[in-house]
Amino acid sequence: MTRLVELAKVLRSKNSGPFLITLDVLFDDRRNYERVRDSGVICQDTICRIYNLNPSALKCIVFFDAAMGVKITYDRSTPSGTCFDRDVYGAQQHAPLMELQIP
Amino acid sequence: MDCIRILSPCGILGYGFPTSSLERGMAMRPDAIVVDAGSTDAGPHKLGAKTAIVSRMAARKDLERLIDAALGSDIPLIVSSAGGSGGREHVMWTLSIIEEIFRAGSLPEVDTCVIWADIPDDVILKHMERGEVTPLDAKVPKLDAARLEETTGVVAQMGVEPIVKALEGGARIIIAGRAYDPAPFAAVGIFHGFDAALSYHMGKVLECGALCCNPGTTKDCMMGEVYEDSFVVYPCDPDRKCTSLSVAAHTFYEKDHPYILHGPGIEMDLSQCTFEELGDNRVRVKGSRLDATDPYMIKLEGARLVAYRTFVIAGVRDPLLIGKVSQVEDLVRRSVQEQYSEIDPSSYSIDFYNYGIDGVMGLLEPLHDTPHEICVMFEVLSSSQELSNAICASVRSTFMHYGYEGRKSTAGNLAFPFAPSDVPFGPVYEFSVYHLMPVDDPTALFPIQRWSPYTGFGGET
Repeated sequence: MTRLVELAKVLRSKNSGPFLITLDVLFDDRRNYERVRDSGVICQDTICRIYNLNPSALKCIVFFDAAMGVKITYDRSTPSGTCFDRDVYGAQQHAPLMELQIP
Repeated sequence: MDCIRILSPCGILGYGFPTSSLERGMAMRPDAIVVDAGSTDAGPHKLGAKTAIVSRMAARKDLERLIDAALGSDIPLIVSSAGGSGGREHVMWTLSIIEEIFRAGSLPEVDTCVIWADIPDDVILKHMERGEVTPLDAKVPKLDAARLEETTGVVAQMGVEPIVKALEGGARIIIAGRAYDPAPFAAVGIFHGFDAALSYHMGKVLECGALCCNPGTTKDCMMGEVYEDSFVVYPCDPDRKCTSLSVAAHTFYEKDHPYILHGPGIEMDLSQCTFEELGDNRVRVKGSRLDATDPYMIKLEGARLVAYRTFVIAGVRDPLLIGKVSQVEDLVRRSVQEQYSEIDPSSYSIDFYNYGIDGVMGLLEPLHDTPHEICVMFEVLSSSQELSNAICASVRSTFMHYGYEGRKSTAGNLAFPFAPSDVPFGPVYEFSVYHLMPVDDPTALFPIQRWSPYTGFGGET
């Protein structure tokens, strides 16, 4: 098992507009990318569990082979920059993803 | 013409760029300078309160250098989403800076156009009545006539069409209101007869400045060249480079999907793109696809005031308090509600954010270690600044001296870094409008008006 953060070159979160957060995991090594993609760890169940999401709030999980990356997009629990938001740019929501264990 | 070349000086006008990069870029003889000035990333406040993202000083510093470069080479300069949010006040702010620059330098007059992006309420209401104004995401608040009335002004993201029209009219400086970020770049390619898909995709790469490089930054200049069958991007700073991976990966940035992108009247599909390193830090991209959508949809953006905030930042180093800080905060909240028993507690909100414990992630925080020191930020939200100030002052004094069970530090619970400790924040906004609306004519809602730094506005073109 290896932590996802050790396999990824870029692992980040950011707003995609004020109502969505998008997580990007990008690789610079095709073996690492394919290992993560083919492990099946990054799936609806895992993401909904670590981000406490209803499946309907998960907009997409898309692997993009040409760019060696996976994108995960979900509804924000609070829209950006209004009352009770804790992360206006959505830039610090990626830490739980780093700890995923990849076989 | 073999290709056209567009210089993107930085990711947001006012973020700055090295003058040496601009000079190196200008030596490549670009056909236009295009700079995106906007973003919704900083939240709804800028749009709602009609303020800018960057300081006036920073915007002026960038504009001075870009106007000088564009005038010196006799090429168009396009500023889009002017002032950050691209509403009327944001555009006027940008124009006032340009006026200052022209007057200070006694610069020669050039053909200058403004493209407005403010959408009148009556137009939106007409479409709402037909059920044609649809929320873009699940969490967008419900829009009705009353909410629209409370919204401080609605802008829409323009596509390429109004900008192409301004270029066709001979404009040398174009100050556009809110625009889809890639649109002003794409407009230059399309104006010169190049493929819309390549022009748009290149715009998507260029609008962030040199962010698609290694190392990436929004504070440096990028060049893009559109050819008949491809486009090429490269940094103007030799210390950066584009790689096939860095440019491919950039298509991920700030979008909900890695290769399907939606804009005004378009859907882009970048799944079949190839990214080829040409040497010299350049990357050639082929295979971008684009379809026109029917109907042509524009994105509306608007914000309304929802509360006034007062907040306090304090540190806690006492391990006895850190160990039970959430419980103590609940007790403090209850005590303040009792102190103000004449005020309905649902008319205000007292919120605590415990940095060091779960300040960033709140309920999503998976770790539960006890730190030796925390930062406590607390706020009061209510319908007036006066009420928020009053309640927050009581939260602060109650928390400071709260005699929780087991306390030994009976002289005070909080280390305030500043005096005064309470910060009246002002209004808090929300995006009340974030909707799609169909239009018959992509230029009709974005009027173009001539403007001169010396004589002001002329007629609509």
